[in-house]
Amino acid sequence: MSSDEQDIAAGLSARVRALLAEHDVADERAFLGARFDAGLAWVHFPEGHGGLGLPQVWQRQVEAELAEAGAPYPDPGRNPIGLGMAAPTIAAFGTEEQKRRFLRPLWTGEELWCQLFSEPGAGSDLAAVATRAVRDGDSWIVNGQKVWTSGAEKARLAILVARTDPDVPKHAGLTYFVCDMTAPGVEVRPLRQITGEAEFNEVFLTDVRLPDFYRLGEEGQGWRVATATLNNERVAIGGAPSARETGMIAKVARAWRDHPELREPAMHDELMRLWVEVEANRLTRVRLRQQLAAGQPGPEGSAMKLAFARLAQRISGFEIELRGEDGLRYDDWTMRQPDYVDMTGRGPGYRYLRAKGNSIEGGTSEILRNVIAERVLGLPPEHRVDKSIPWKDLPR
Amino acid sequence: MTLLYSETEEFLRDSVRRLFADRCPPGAVAAAYDGAADFSGLWKSLAGDLGVAGLIVPESLGGAGASAREAAVVLEEIGRAVAPVPFLSSAVLATTALLEAGDTALLPALASGERTAALAVPLTSGPPTSGPPTSGPARHAAAVRHGDGGLTGRVTSVAGAAEADVLVVPVAGDDGLELRTVARDAPGLTVTPVLALDMTRPLADVEFAGTPSARVGPGEDAVARALLAGAALLASEQVGLARWCLETTLAYVKERRQFGRQIGSYQAIKHRLADLWLEVGQATAAARYAADTIARGDEDAEIAAAVAQAYCSDVAVHAAEECVQLHGGIGMTWEHPAHLYLKRAKADQLALGTPYHHRARLGDLVDLPAS
Ligand SMILES: Cc1cc2nc3c(=O)[nH]c(=O)nc-3n(C[C@H](O)[C@H](O)[C@H](O)COP(=O)(O)OP(=O)(O)OC[C@H]3O[C@@H](n4cnc5c(N)ncnc54)[C@H](O)[C@@H]3O)c2cc1C
Repeated sequence: MSSDEQDIAAGLSARVRALLAEHDVADERAFLGARFDAGLAWVHFPEGHGGLGLPQVWQRQVEAELAEAGAPYPDPGRNPIGLGMAAPTIAAFGTEEQKRRFLRPLWTGEELWCQLFSEPGAGSDLAAVATRAVRDGDSWIVNGQKVWTSGAEKARLAILVARTDPDVPKHAGLTYFVCDMTAPGVEVRPLRQITGEAEFNEVFLTDVRLPDFYRLGEEGQGWRVATATLNNERVAIGGAPSARETGMIAKVARAWRDHPELREPAMHDELMRLWVEVEANRLTRVRLRQQLAAGQPGPEGSAMKLAFARLAQRISGFEIELRGEDGLRYDDWTMRQPDYVDMTGRGPGYRYLRAKGNSIEGGTSEILRNVIAERVLGLPPEHRVDKSIPWKDLPR
Repeated sequence: MTLLYSETEEFLRDSVRRLFADRCPPGAVAAAYDGAADFSGLWKSLAGDLGVAGLIVPESLGGAGASAREAAVVLEEIGRAVAPVPFLSSAVLATTALLEAGDTALLPALASGERTAALAVPLTSGPPTSGPPTSGPARHAAAVRHGDGGLTGRVTSVAGAAEADVLVVPVAGDDGLELRTVARDAPGLTVTPVLALDMTRPLADVEFAGTPSARVGPGEDAVARALLAGAALLASEQVGLARWCLETTLAYVKERRQFGRQIGSYQAIKHRLADLWLEVGQATAAARYAADTIARGDEDAEIAAAVAQAYCSDVAVHAAEECVQLHGGIGMTWEHPAHLYLKRAKADQLALGTPYHHRARLGDLVDLPAS
């Protein structure tokens, strides 16, 4: 560590100590608010908006010191869209006032967020969205249908991509908004999924009026803003470093240790194969962190979600096979809307089924392979017949 | 602990890469299969002029006092060039065994590149498992015995034996395994080169019939450490090899056109290369970690080596197989270098323990026993 770095480290530790001394860790919301005000929510965010304007690598020290003191943490399982996607997008594209309005309650969990991107006609091809937003004086009137919207029933706010100009090619006519989920005209209907429960919903937007203050970025700049969101989403899903043998593999390893009677010779090799791949993947994330810290961000980030989805699916499939009769049982088919999504929670059947979503949500694995092939490996782009045609003239 | 490359490591890489570009282009390497080639000059330059033979030897014994991390970078370049040099067999396997057994007589000459050694074990030997002795030191013990009339026994498929001046031999002694050295020109020693799948890492069968030898020290730990270091560092060779295959294939699919388009514009090909790229990235992290734990004498080294071998062996083979397939007919020719990489990758997969062996071993190490 250089002496500058030592100063930063010491300064952060002092801030953490002061925070802990002045605020009760037992009062979660108040503590998180105080943490935000102390600039320790996201150290790389601007001062006054939950951060200190430091490089992101310093976040780790803060997390470690607070975790050691038993401080509450804003659980990403409760507000994944808010913490993983909306916050970095607002930090990058929001005005001062927007940051002031949205970031703090997002951080404390007072306001939960959802993502109104996908539509029946626009999934992988997000730029094809048909939901229209039309300017009306100082506000916008939004009409359209969104789908697969996780957590919409709980969300107070949403990030929304809508079409503001149908006369230009699809990427150019989009604008990015924050949507008030309590506004009149927003209707949320649960969609039951293969696990039995309903994490996601369809959302109908009928003459929803949003003040222009809710526009994030310039009119027509929506694609750029959305791309930033999606990059954050992919890192959030697959990129976080972890300790050895955690997550899905820990469940299987534990079943293997606890149930010698389940062990089949051929299964052992498969178990170790999965263990090895998880460990190689973990080391890759450690290395990625080190590259970022050294100011040489590697393109591997975009691949981590791809690797994560593949591993989660193989491991959870293997776990069912390993468990024999227990693998044939299921814990709960009741239709309900979960407060909390833990993909490594519940029983093996749930884990297996939920993992199927990992290669679809946040960009399918096929789309991620396209992204890697084109942006990282420099291979020729897909043939796109619709790139230069005005959106309104596209064949449907 | 860093999984990145230091400046010194990159500097070392550059000089090794330049030497190989100059002295062993693919065409020259292919000659290894026609029996006529002599690569001893290349090895002398690498070992002596660039001084890589002594990387892991302490300065007090005439070495560079560097570490397994630097040796791993040299191996990446060796893999990238499929270079036919006995670096792994002499500067890693034999050298580690001698260091562990307490040798001081031979190491200075090995470090300077003046002499070359080989550890007399089959190339397929993996680091020992805790299970039944199907491989590892316990098995080698049976191969060569020491009696009044000298060494007797036979060791097959020894890497680097034909290029060596000295053989480092694990021998069954009265109190367990011991390490002995045998001069290449000793009476009663026969070294018979074999035709190998991969001729860029030549193999030979070695026969001892009343061969004189000199005792170095106890052998059990020495051989186990050598095989561990060898397995850990072989992963870096596999990474270098895989990266060459990926880069070469990428360049080809961008250039080759069929049906009026670059073949790299077809999604079937793009997706395969995206997956391969991901694998090569993960292999890099696993191999760097294995080298780093060996360098630091970290207690995690056994697990790290097993993970790296189990993972990188298969990635290298996958990369080489994709390289052949995506080159079409050209990939099947003797003229194109892809086959050199395929043969080396396939042989490397068996070298120092198959991925199956390492997974089995890892099961013991992380408390996930097979039964
Ligand atoms: C559990 C879950 C939660 C979700 N939560 C949200 C949310 O909160 N908010 C939100 O906006 N969306 C959400 N989604 C939606 C998700 O982003 C989309 O499902 C996804 O982008 C795919 O779109 P699609 O369903 O229309 O499938 P399509 O795009 O129609 O894809 C169908 C198949 O075709 C493949 N395909 C498509 N285009 C190509 C191509 N160019 N090359 C090769 N293959 C291609 C796809 O990979 C896929 O296999 C969620 C999805 C799931 C499963």
